[in-house]
Amino acid sequence: MTRLDILKTYKIYIGGQFPRTESGRYYPLTGRNKELLANVCLSSRKDFRNAIVAARTAFAGWSSRSGFNRGQILYRIAEMLEGRKEQFIAELMIQGSTPKAASEEVSCSVDLLVYYAGWCDKYQALFSSVNPVASSHFNFSVPEAMGVVSIISSEESSLLGLVSSIAPVITGGNTCVVLASESKPLCSVTFAEVLNSSDVPGGVVNILTGKSSELHQHFASHMDVNALNYHREDKKEITNIREQACLNVKRVFTHSASDVTSGSPYLILENQEIKTTWHPVEQIGPGKAGY
Amino acid sequence: MKKNKTPKPLNFSTGWDYAPAPESTDHIKLEKQYDLFIGGKFVKPSGGKYFDTINPATEKKLASIAIAETKDVDKAVQAARKAYDTVWGKMPGAERSKYIFRIARMIQERAREFSVIESMDGGKPIRESRDIDIPLAANHFFYYAGWADKLNYAFPNRKPSSLGVAAQIIPWNFPLLMAAWKIAPALATGNTVVLKPAETTPLTALKLAELIRDSGLPDGVVNIITGAGNTGAAMVGHTGVDKIAFTGSTDVGKLIQKSIAGTNKKLTLELGGKAANIIFEDAPLDQAVEGIINGIFFNQGHVCCAGSRLFIQENVADIVIRKLKQRMETLIIGDPLDKNTDIGAINSKEQLQTILKYIQIGKNEGADIYQSSCSMPAKGFFCKPTLFLNTSQSHRIVQEEIFGPVLTIQTFRTIEEVIEKANNIPYGLSAGVWTDKGSKIFNLTSRLRAGVVWANTYNKFDPTSPFGGYKESGFGREGGLHGLMPYLKF
Repeated sequence: MTRLDILKTYKIYIGGQFPRTESGRYYPLTGRNKELLANVCLSSRKDFRNAIVAARTAFAGWSSRSGFNRGQILYRIAEMLEGRKEQFIAELMIQGSTPKAASEEVSCSVDLLVYYAGWCDKYQALFSSVNPVASSHFNFSVPEAMGVVSIISSEESSLLGLVSSIAPVITGGNTCVVLASESKPLCSVTFAEVLNSSDVPGGVVNILTGKSSELHQHFASHMDVNALNYHREDKKEITNIREQACLNVKRVFTHSASDVTSGSPYLILENQEIKTTWHPVEQIGPGKAGY
Repeated sequence: MKKNKTPKPLNFSTGWDYAPAPESTDHIKLEKQYDLFIGGKFVKPSGGKYFDTINPATEKKLASIAIAETKDVDKAVQAARKAYDTVWGKMPGAERSKYIFRIARMIQERAREFSVIESMDGGKPIRESRDIDIPLAANHFFYYAGWADKLNYAFPNRKPSSLGVAAQIIPWNFPLLMAAWKIAPALATGNTVVLKPAETTPLTALKLAELIRDSGLPDGVVNIITGAGNTGAAMVGHTGVDKIAFTGSTDVGKLIQKSIAGTNKKLTLELGGKAANIIFEDAPLDQAVEGIINGIFFNQGHVCCAGSRLFIQENVADIVIRKLKQRMETLIIGDPLDKNTDIGAINSKEQLQTILKYIQIGKNEGADIYQSSCSMPAKGFFCKPTLFLNTSQSHRIVQEEIFGPVLTIQTFRTIEEVIEKANNIPYGLSAGVWTDKGSKIFNLTSRLRAGVVWANTYNKFDPTSPFGGYKESGFGREGGLHGLMPYLKF
């Protein structure tokens, strides 16, 4: 007798847990021959709001970790992903990738995580400045995490789009809620398992599956979201997002997929605030001590 | 046990008054009427309409100012576009740089005239316009002039280029300084400009237009047009504009953000604030009191980064409040042109009404009011320096930006508590911390969610120092290297 395979239940990822959508809704994902691959969670506004609560709760801890520590955790994600390469390749292939493309996509994703792992304790030096003010003050500016970032990741790619949208955001100490590709959602849930086993604190990355057409307005209008990163091309959604974003002066950044897959410290900078600090200096002038 | 005796209040009525020390106004040149500065010339507004700009300290008219209508805005944007396409966008950075340096120098040469006009039109004390607004404006041009040919060094591994035409809308609290903050980085990065000063304070911007005309800057690189909200809306909505920079209220900022949602216009917003100014028990209290005074009464409190929420550690609250009240008694309210004046005129009747409305709200909310017993001028728009004691986080006067000389006071016990309260507000522009302990300063400055944090000082500005907000205080930075970014694409 042949053994019956165990199929995976694809759930969403909120606050380090894998709940089903509170709405109980799903959409069927089918393969090339119309066979059912999974019943995928059709996340609701309430799921999104729960995820934001988790992300906000995790923000203080994540943003105050040292860059070095965040770097090690990002590197750990890369290690875990590398170790599960075959699983991701298989998953990409049942979602329509060729073996070569699937293998490349996973390798690129791992490499991108390693790239950003290295940035965690370096972008600060790149984007900081000591400002030579004309009064007797010491004055410097440093980048600081913006807060909670909502992300609508690329529709076209199941894994690389997701990883390239998350990595620069969490490298910079932000926490996020990400909407995965609707048509290729499988890798996002499996990637959540990778995150879950990589010492990434619960709530730092939260992953939802579902429809951008339903959720984008909530991603844009939620009052406890500081920035929104949009990685799709739908002009109507972009306009709608920008309109809703004004409710709390949310920062909105739009990207095409190719913008982000190559990685750049300037993508980290996007979701950073610049903070300037002043302090008086008791005396400014030529020093009395000479040679 | 010996009871703590409250010291006798200081007596300042010695019978000796300050003799008036008015700055002379006979050397300044003001026209009766100002037109729109478009394409290097002053031109009549298409609708032929003008409004009055008045001196808020005397309520007397200073000049008639043109109202730019949609047609005029279009003309200005076209002039800016032409200048961008034919001259400014192509000019080598080193040449652009020299033009901007020249503007800086000419402002320095005419600094006193600008200061006097600034105080007449806006009501701020001459000491402030003379020592802060105008020199900083000149310095801002001087600083950004030097960047024009060095942009490739500012952003490693990237090739920056200019955006095109920038529409810039500025407020009435620092009229010339805000114009400098907007124009200087835009020009240094190779953009051309259409700028609108605030309705109540157009004069120094128009004097700047004269100066720019005389400086030989190519026609149309800077266009300065006047009017009210409609003019601003036409600028924001114009399809020929690539960049919008706005400083003003959060409400208007949100409207602008919404209205350009369907476009690719780049946006910088510098909006409202409600800064926490935090005094710890170990702070140098006399200096802290000076910092509180400067934080809230500087420029009549018409400062988006004003330290309008004071937090005093509980065990020093009594002494700080006593010192604060005594210091308030010494403040001189009056003629902005008098060099003895500490607090000048409220910028407009409308703003005075807003402030008075908030003072009434504070009373209705049950907070305890204290006002200095200073004498007040009979004419003009003035407001007494005001404290509200026994306020709490939920009070409207604590949550909302008043933009006047009104300070709310709360006390706290622990660092955790004060950080929570300081951050618990939609704004995030600035904050102040007063303590003698270095490690406490850095704890606070890194946990306060605000774009500018002053430690043991307050309300300091410099062209090299980036300024701008977190959260609903807007986005983008002005000043410093970071201030170049909003005017470049990569």
